[in-house]
Order: sequence, then structure tokens, then C-alpha cells
Amino acid sequence: MKENNPVLKAKGFATRQSLRISEKTIAKKTDANNYLADVADVFLFLSRIFKETFSRDFEFKEFLRQCFQIGYKTLPLISIIGAIIGLVLTIQSRPVLVNFGAVTMLPGMVAVSLIREMGPVITALICAGKIGSGMGAELGSMKVTEQIDAMEVSSTNPIRFLVVTRVIAATLMIPLLILYADALGIFGSWIGANIKGDVSFVLFFSQAFGHVHFMDLFPAVIKSFFFGAVIGVVGCYKGYNAGRGTESVGVAANSAVVLASLLVIIVDMIAVQITDMLM
Amino acid sequence: MNTPQTNSIENASKNRDKSVIEIKNLKKSFGDQEVLQNITLNLIKGENLVVLGKSGSGKSVLIKCIVRLLNPDEGVINVLGENISTLNTKGLSTLRQKIGFLFQSGALYDSMTVKQNLEFPLRRIKKNLNDKEIETKIIEVLENVGLADALHKIPSQLSGGMRKRISLARTIVVDPMIMLYDEPTTGLDPITSDEISALINKVQEKYKTSSIIITHDIRCAHNTANRIIMLKDGEVYMEGKVADFENATDPFIQSFFQ
Ligand SMILES: Nc1ncnc2c1ncn2[C@@H]1O[C@H](COP(=O)(O)OP(=O)(O)OP(=O)(O)O)[C@@H](O)[C@H]1O
Ligand SMILES: [Mg+2]
Repeated sequence: MKENNPVLKAKGFATRQSLRISEKTIAKKTDANNYLADVADVFLFLSRIFKETFSRDFEFKEFLRQCFQIGYKTLPLISIIGAIIGLVLTIQSRPVLVNFGAVTMLPGMVAVSLIREMGPVITALICAGKIGSGMGAELGSMKVTEQIDAMEVSSTNPIRFLVVTRVIAATLMIPLLILYADALGIFGSWIGANIKGDVSFVLFFSQAFGHVHFMDLFPAVIKSFFFGAVIGVVGCYKGYNAGRGTESVGVAANSAVVLASLLVIIVDMIAVQITDMLM
Repeated sequence: MNTPQTNSIENASKNRDKSVIEIKNLKKSFGDQEVLQNITLNLIKGENLVVLGKSGSGKSVLIKCIVRLLNPDEGVINVLGENISTLNTKGLSTLRQKIGFLFQSGALYDSMTVKQNLEFPLRRIKKNLNDKEIETKIIEVLENVGLADALHKIPSQLSGGMRKRISLARTIVVDPMIMLYDEPTTGLDPITSDEISALINKVQEKYKTSSIIITHDIRCAHNTANRIIMLKDGEVYMEGKVADFENATDPFIQSFFQ
């Protein structure tokens, strides 16, 4: 009797419909708020990283493994690039300096531009490509194949084990890579100077470092820690939040590189502004 | 509509004190898609409960809710007497140590060898074991799944069935009180499949484990089930012993048990 009552039926239908509609509007609204939700998500992720960094059980073994992965495995690439940048920079600026009769300025000029800007930014961009995409792909595939869930159910905190170790390793290793690239860049520059002229290694280095001041090196080192942190956090964030299905792994790796490179440049700009204000 | 269900609810209340997992009115949806609509079930201490259902009926979602890899929309889940949605991180982690979870996909850590895969949970959950004991334990479970020679292989060198068995080994190596098996025998030949079923029974007997076994494999269900639950349309469609299912006249049930 009750089931056949048309009024009740209509009421039920109306409720179902309106529920469905309200669900749709909610879905649309979340679409519009997606960007803000993303930003909130990043901050949530950051706060989880901070919290876990200072927890008691630091995964030291995994941290060392990551330092090896990030630091040692990137050395050959950074060596080649650093040396070539120094070489090219020297060959390009030499004619101009010759015109002004200021060839003796060459080592100092190259060293200052390498240490202040070229070394950190180029190394960081290369690392964003190599390390950022590596983390995005690795964590992304772990996410997609449920390995991160598996860690969680064996009561291991995946943020602590996977993310904190990688972020700290990147934050510490990338500045080292940058200093190493600077050094090789100056070495490359010496080779470049010797193609046309003839400078002894010792003389070249003393000329180079005669122009480098503490305030050239210090801000560069500080900003390179930020570059490292940005690359680590972005790579891990993109990988850790990969969607479902294998294509998300590619998306994670790709967007990690894009975002990390962009943020490296933005951080560099901010760092330059701050240093400029302080000097 | 089906008497077995009403019966079992009465049984359930009788067995309340003995249940290790109690799920009441569980609902879970993804967007518009309502996967679990109203699930009520309990797992009694020491039993093997087989969960059947069509592909996509939400079986994996159900057990993921039990370990809170997914958060239910509505409903209560009590595991070992604790309401899992009220637990804090530490409580949840302690509880998860008592639960073994076999992932449908295996979820082996690809960057680690088989040995490291098994050590991973063992070192973190059984902190009092020394290296020697860990080694012995690992060899023992690998022998149980018939893969003692795979110790130093990495997952990409293993076949699909071997991965499944390694991942089963990784789950049982920590002697959990509750086991959640997501399709333990899928993709295995009948002989290995029977061995795995036997292993599931052995684990149940030896460690008095209570298990939920999700499967499509009627043979495995036969060999392991103390009780069966069939899911359909996000609800428990039928519940009973193996014999109840075999003698059922319902065409949906029959299509499974042919
Ligand atoms: N994290 C998720 N996000 C969105 N949808 C999901 C998610 N997990 C599962 N689903 C959806 O829920 C439904 C049930 O999935 P589930 O994996 O539980 O099926 P199943 O019963 O285990 O099937 P099978 O026997 O094939 O493993 C599927 O339609 C799936 O698309
Ligand atoms: Mg499944």
C-alpha cells in the first residue's frame, strides 16, 4: 500500500534527484577550488615532512643510500657540465676583455659569475632534471604498485622512510654538487684560457680567487641549500601523490621536473633580491 | 530475502565476544560510484572467512578499509575491540603490526632483494630478534612457499606467481593475529594453488590466525573456507557454509559454484 503511494514515490524521486544535483555542484565547486586545495596539500605535505624529520627514529641507512644515489651518481654528469660551462664562458668572454685590454680580469670574472650564478643555477637545473624526475618516477611507481601502502601496513611511516630521507639527502648533497661544479668550472676556464694564451694553473687560480669575496660565496651556498630542498620536496611530492595507473608515473616524473626547474629559478630570483638588499 | 543472512546475524550476536573484526553498516564511495553500500560482517576468532564477489564489487576496497588504507564514508569498523577510525597514528601503527595484509598486486619492494623484502617488516615489527633468528625465520617461510632458492633475486627477476608467493611469505613472516589475503591463489597453477591453500590452513592452525580470504578461485574457497560471504551490489548478498552455497538455487550463486 505504502510503496504504491504516488506522492511518496514522487517525493522519493525528488529527493534522489536533488541529492544528485547537489553532489554535482559540490563536485564542480571542488574543481574550482582545486588550485587552492593543491596549495593546501603542499603545505600539509611540508608540515608532515617537518614533523617526521624531528621524530626519534631517523632512517639512517636509507638516508645514506639516498646520499649515494643523489650525490655520487650525479658526479660524472655534473663534472662534464661544470667543466664545459667554465670553458665556454672563458672562450666567449675572452675577445671582449682583449678589446678592453683586460685579459688579466678574465679568471676573476669567470670565477665570480660561476660561483654567484652559473654554477648554482645550472647545477640545480640539471639536478631538477635528473634527481627530481628520478624521485618522481620512483615514488610514483611505488605509489601505483601499492608499495607505499604496503609500507604503511607494515607500520612503517612512508613519509619518514621515503620522503624525509630523500629531502634531507637532496638538501645536503646538492650544495656539495654545486661547489664541485664551481671548482670544475674554474678548472675548465683555465683550460679555456690556455687555448689562446698561456697561464700557469697556480697563477690562474690566484687571479681567480683574488676577485672572489666571502659575500660572493656565502649567499650562493645558502641558496643552494634551498635549491636542494626544493628539488627534493617537489620530486617527492609529485611522486608520493601520483594517481592510479601506470601513466601517472610518467606524469609525476614530468611535472616534478617542470615544477622543480621553475621553482629553482624563482628561488634564485628571490635570493638575488635579498642579497642585493643586504649588500 | 535470504534466510542465511538473518541466521548469521543471530549467530553474530552470540559470537560477539569472540569476533576479532566487526564491521557495521560500512559505506564507501569514490565520487559518484558507490562501491560499498551497506556492509555488515564479522570475523570470528580463528576462522577462515572467504569473501566472494564479482570483479569490481569492492572486495579489495573492503579490506583496505579494515586497515584504514582507505577511510570509510560511514559505518563502524572494530578490529580487536578497537574502533579504527578513532585511533591515533601510534595506535593505528600498533594495531597494524598485528594484521597481515597480502596485496592483490603483491606490492613487493622492487628496489630490494627477496631477502630484504622479508627483512623489512620483520626488523620493524619483531624488534627483539637477532640477525641469526631473522635469517632462520626468512628461510623457513621461503621454504613454506617453495621458493627458498629465490633469496637473493630481485622482484623483476621473478615470475608473476613467484612474486605472489614471495609477497605471501612477506605477509606471514611476522606471524600476524589477523590475516587479510587479497586473492592469494590468482594466477597460480592448480598444484601451487593447492599448496598455498594448504599453507593458509597451516598458518590458521599453527598460529590460531583469523583470516579473511578474498578469492575467485572456488577450489581455494573449498579448501580454506570455514564460512563464505558473497558480495553483490555493495552489500552482503549471502552468507553461509560451503555446502549452503553449493546447494543454493539462486542463479547468481550457482554461476560461481559451477
Ligand atoms: N582508490 C580508488 N579510487 C577510485 N576508485 C577506486 C579506488 N579503489 C577502488 N576503486 C573502484 O572501486 C571499485 C571496486 O574496486 P575493488 O578493487 O575493490 O574491486 P575488487 O572487488 O577487488 O575486484 P577484483 O576482483 O577485480 O580485484 C572499482 O570499480 C574501482 O574502480
Ligand atoms: Mg581486488
